[in-house]
Amino acid sequence: MTPLDPITLSVIQAGLSQTCDEMDLAFTRAAFSPVIAEANDRADGIYSAEDGSLIAQGPDGLPVFVGAMQESTRVLVERIRAGITAAPEPGDVYIVNDPYLGGTHLMDVRFARPFYRDGKIWCWLSNTGHWPDTGGAVPGGFSASATSVEQEGLRLPPVRLFKKGVLDQEIYQIICSNIRVAEQRIGDVKAQAAALDVGAARLEKLLDRYGDAVVEQAIAELRARAAEQTRAHIRAIPEGRFEATAWVDSDGVVNEPLAIRLAVERAGDGLVFDFAGSSPPCTGPMNSVRSTTLSAVYLAMRHIFPDVPISAGAFEPLEVRGIEGTFLDAHYPRPVSGCAAETSQRIAEAVFLALVNAIPDKVTAAPAGTSGNFGLGGSDPAKGRNFVMYQLSGGGYGGSALGDGLSNGCSTIGISKAPPVEIMEQQFPILFRRYALREGSGGAGTARGGLGLDYEIELRRGEARASFVMDHGRFGPPGARGGADGAPNTIEVVRGGVSHVPQHLSKEQDIAMRPGDRVRVGTPGGGGYGDPFARDAEAVAEDVRLGRVSAKDAAALYGVAVADGAVDPAATDALRARRDREVS
Amino acid sequence: MSVVAGVDVGGTFTDLVWLDEGTRAVRLAKAPTTPRNQAFGVLAAFEQAGVDVGGVDLIVHGTTATTNAVLERRLSRAGMIATEGFRDIIELGRRTRPQAYGMTGSFTPVIPRDLRLEVSERMDAEGNVLTPLDEDALRAAAARLLEAGCESVVVHFLHAYANPAHEIRAGEILSEIWPNAYVTLGHALLSESREFERGVTASVNASVQPLLQRYVDRLAEELRDRGYAHDLLVMNGNGGMVSARMVAREAAKTVMSGPASGVMAAAYTGRRAGAPDLLTYDMGGTSTDVALIRDAKPAVSNEIEVEYAMPIHVPMVDVRTVGAGGGSIARVNASGLLEVGPESAGADPGPICYGRGGTRPTISDANLLLGRLDPSRLNAVEGGVRIEDVARVFEAELGAPLGLSATEAASAVIRVANARMAGAIRMVSLSLGEDPRDFALFAFGGAGPLHAVALARELGVPRVLVPARPGITNALGCVVADLRHDFVNTVNRPLDGADMDEVHAVFARRIEEGRALIAQESVAVERIETICSADMQFIGQTHLLRVALDGPAPAREDLQARFERAYWDRFRVSLPEIRPSLVNLSVSVIGVRREIDLALLIDPEGRRATVAEARTGLRPVWFDGGWTDTPVYRREHLPWDAVIDGPAIVEQLDATLVIDPGCTARGDADGNLMIEIGGAA
Repeated sequence: MTPLDPITLSVIQAGLSQTCDEMDLAFTRAAFSPVIAEANDRADGIYSAEDGSLIAQGPDGLPVFVGAMQESTRVLVERIRAGITAAPEPGDVYIVNDPYLGGTHLMDVRFARPFYRDGKIWCWLSNTGHWPDTGGAVPGGFSASATSVEQEGLRLPPVRLFKKGVLDQEIYQIICSNIRVAEQRIGDVKAQAAALDVGAARLEKLLDRYGDAVVEQAIAELRARAAEQTRAHIRAIPEGRFEATAWVDSDGVVNEPLAIRLAVERAGDGLVFDFAGSSPPCTGPMNSVRSTTLSAVYLAMRHIFPDVPISAGAFEPLEVRGIEGTFLDAHYPRPVSGCAAETSQRIAEAVFLALVNAIPDKVTAAPAGTSGNFGLGGSDPAKGRNFVMYQLSGGGYGGSALGDGLSNGCSTIGISKAPPVEIMEQQFPILFRRYALREGSGGAGTARGGLGLDYEIELRRGEARASFVMDHGRFGPPGARGGADGAPNTIEVVRGGVSHVPQHLSKEQDIAMRPGDRVRVGTPGGGGYGDPFARDAEAVAEDVRLGRVSAKDAAALYGVAVADGAVDPAATDALRARRDREVS
Repeated sequence: MSVVAGVDVGGTFTDLVWLDEGTRAVRLAKAPTTPRNQAFGVLAAFEQAGVDVGGVDLIVHGTTATTNAVLERRLSRAGMIATEGFRDIIELGRRTRPQAYGMTGSFTPVIPRDLRLEVSERMDAEGNVLTPLDEDALRAAAARLLEAGCESVVVHFLHAYANPAHEIRAGEILSEIWPNAYVTLGHALLSESREFERGVTASVNASVQPLLQRYVDRLAEELRDRGYAHDLLVMNGNGGMVSARMVAREAAKTVMSGPASGVMAAAYTGRRAGAPDLLTYDMGGTSTDVALIRDAKPAVSNEIEVEYAMPIHVPMVDVRTVGAGGGSIARVNASGLLEVGPESAGADPGPICYGRGGTRPTISDANLLLGRLDPSRLNAVEGGVRIEDVARVFEAELGAPLGLSATEAASAVIRVANARMAGAIRMVSLSLGEDPRDFALFAFGGAGPLHAVALARELGVPRVLVPARPGITNALGCVVADLRHDFVNTVNRPLDGADMDEVHAVFARRIEEGRALIAQESVAVERIETICSADMQFIGQTHLLRVALDGPAPAREDLQARFERAYWDRFRVSLPEIRPSLVNLSVSVIGVRREIDLALLIDPEGRRATVAEARTGLRPVWFDGGWTDTPVYRREHLPWDAVIDGPAIVEQLDATLVIDPGCTARGDADGNLMIEIGGAA
């Protein structure tokens, strides 16, 4: 076969990526679930017919799905081959949400559709969307105290929801009978399937234009080149072993921290991520499944090297080891609802913390790293109906060689937009008393960590129960290279004027609330980067002027004396010299 | 009969179109933009055109004054007074990050935190007062902001769209103590929920208001000194114009002024040329603006995001910017693939061929190497760059790693750039629910016509329309624009429960309001047109679909049917299970001005009798893997009904059109060239 010219290769790469873009767009715009439509908690991609490996995925797909969907498709292909799952016919679409079959948590529902050329499956088109509810003990599925997956919701193995293009009403009715707010799901189901149709139509055109053989050759070549691009980045990492530990506050049931122990080792032009020694599977829902753990490592590397196009090749030089027997590779029936939103972020954090010392100009100190899930369910007497509310929050990002961390950035594994306060108050019987930057929360450093969010919500009427699945309540996001940790997450529930702090700090379920009761949350600030005493004194003074850092902290943490919003040079010199004396 | 002048101040050049409808005379000018005071460039353009400002009956002005102020953050000092507990709304944003991948990046709010103060007051989502406005605190806050040197102020209260009473009262108090009229009430500019978007829109407005007012005052005064006796009109981002006396009140609406006027000119030209459905494509040095026009009406959006976390939610022509322009740099990446952009050589140093010290290969340089741009023009470049110098860079930086000659590398750059731009254009049209193949491509800007034919092929677009004067399209937009006022009213009710009498009343009231505003302007209009539409969704959705209506009194069943049809057309999904919801009512009231004869744009005296007489030479141009001796024509000399078969090059003062083999260009009475794209896409 003659080698492809690099230009045709670029053009086909653009065509594959646009196919995914178009699927993403169609899915988002037609979806009902606000988590998909507003928060973009979805992804669409193209996967190999042979082994499900990733051919292309939209650049705006939710990061945590980046590696999970190729696992999911691989498992589907293997099950069909083994005769466990019924073989497809043209027009069929499979539905699956089983976490142990290449998934994340139950709410992430995957659709997969075989794409045929000349009567043979040429590739798979697949997408994932976060459904607002899939049944289980608590509305929305984030049960902080579940001890088995059955309590988390309905679990679907891969079954054909569409057969020859027609929705199977029997399967659909089983699903609807087992989930909350079922009446709107038909809109999401149709949108999710229609997005795959859009992808099929576009791919058809691409193949017709360039020819199947050329596109196949291009896919193989692109995969090899993405692998080479990752390897080129890896070769710039110094040889050695870089270790870090990231801590999950607790599993929600047993109040003890869980450790993610990671050693990253460069072997030639590959990287080995060894998680041996991490905590064993846990009782509560902070377990991760293999596919989510892999995905978390991949997405962390993509945050570090964002220029490598998303394909299986990009991940080839990355090897994950040592997860067997730990809570990062949980099996049935361990509960897993925290894996996609929280544990995956701690895994990414471990990757950042290990590599920030190896390639300090490419990696940030730890970001807030929690999705800040606050769920409130109850009844609204004024509207005569029940409601389920989620408040997901951002936090500060870590400082880096490039500058201070962003304030109120979204989770490491997401790219979602927060709903406006005004929309939340229109829909739910609540009142925000405050929605503000969390002053003083950024970890001190030469580059300061970004600020977290500080909000307070009051229940206006009716009765409700509050649940929290957050993290970094016990330990703030770690600083790097001499920077201080960001402020830890805080939760306080004020009931009848009495303050209550969850025993697990960042997790609790079913706290009863009455009108006038309030929830106060402070989300984590980002970790600082570099010695705070080396921070530009003028930048510290600006932080004080803008209320990001108090004058007291400026002196204590940064050694900068600020009076009336300006640096006092003499006092600053004295402060900074004193510490240097103490250190030496 | 009157004398009309359109002036567009762009980043590099200030363009002028001057038309005397009585004598059928046209003058054009292109003067360098004077960034410190754009008025000088405007006056220089009049001087260059050799026309008397005093003899002009109407001057319409498109400006980038506010655009640049926002993008470069050269803003007036503005303060904000917000609801207690919520001063950080415009800094917290919607909890996002600048890119999906990469945990770095920063964001600076338009109004800094120390100039954002809070006062006690609160409405709930239904508009009930929960906490009365603390008027003393408001006065104290205003005093503090004045002391801090603020020139303008924003009042941004939660739920002011539901009940603006507190904002209105705050406005009354401020009118007593604020020393000027630069007071922006959040709800007045945008009466919709979503406090971040409303707050940023208001903050941008306040931050550019004083700048814009000073600028238009100065310009109006300079024009008056030179004898101009009429009202100066300014182009708004919605593609309509408004008096300079009123423009600063809603200054945020001028942020897309320049691009909007180009799109208006395209709509006008396309309608007259029998091509009312257009994708417009304006390729400049660093970026390309793309917009969609359906039935001669540009798509308008209330959700423009000028840059990361800078939404301006007032109705503006929906112009999307793609990060590829003539200055986009080509490179071979770590995995050996050719990439073009997003890095750009900009205007300075610019492409190698500018001779200003550029050393990296760009799209413009590739066009030159392939003979698509005239290589002999290099002689005019002061830096003395030779074509061999450009070739050497392509050879070394791209050719060697790719195993290609310099020419092949240049051809590859054009191909990759076109594939990327075509993808971006396709996404723009798809995101608006349209298939690009149903449109003609309208190419303008200096570099647009160079790529248009190849792009059309890539997109499957059947026709390309190149206007008579691609380089001054924005200025032409100022000349042909209408007066326009847009209104959006939030209803947010299930369609079944909406009070249809009230819906009809809202439409009627807004139309009346728009007519009254147009009557205040000193410009004569031929007739008033109104466009009514509804933003709808299925109950439970968050995205909206705009549904066009055929009048201000739709029946409920009609709304339902139109929505369902639009939804099917867009998504191929029908949902009889779920009821629709009526979210917004939109009205545009347009004062249509008298038609202007575009045939004047190319001097009829200059036209030759035959195509052959317009031919200026033959030069080798690279098409499809080989050199072809290609005839070159002078645009101004072509007969109006010219027919030219590709391959051909058509050159004019400020633009070069490439007609690929297999395509045919036909002239029309307005001086346009319409190119039929031959060969399969």
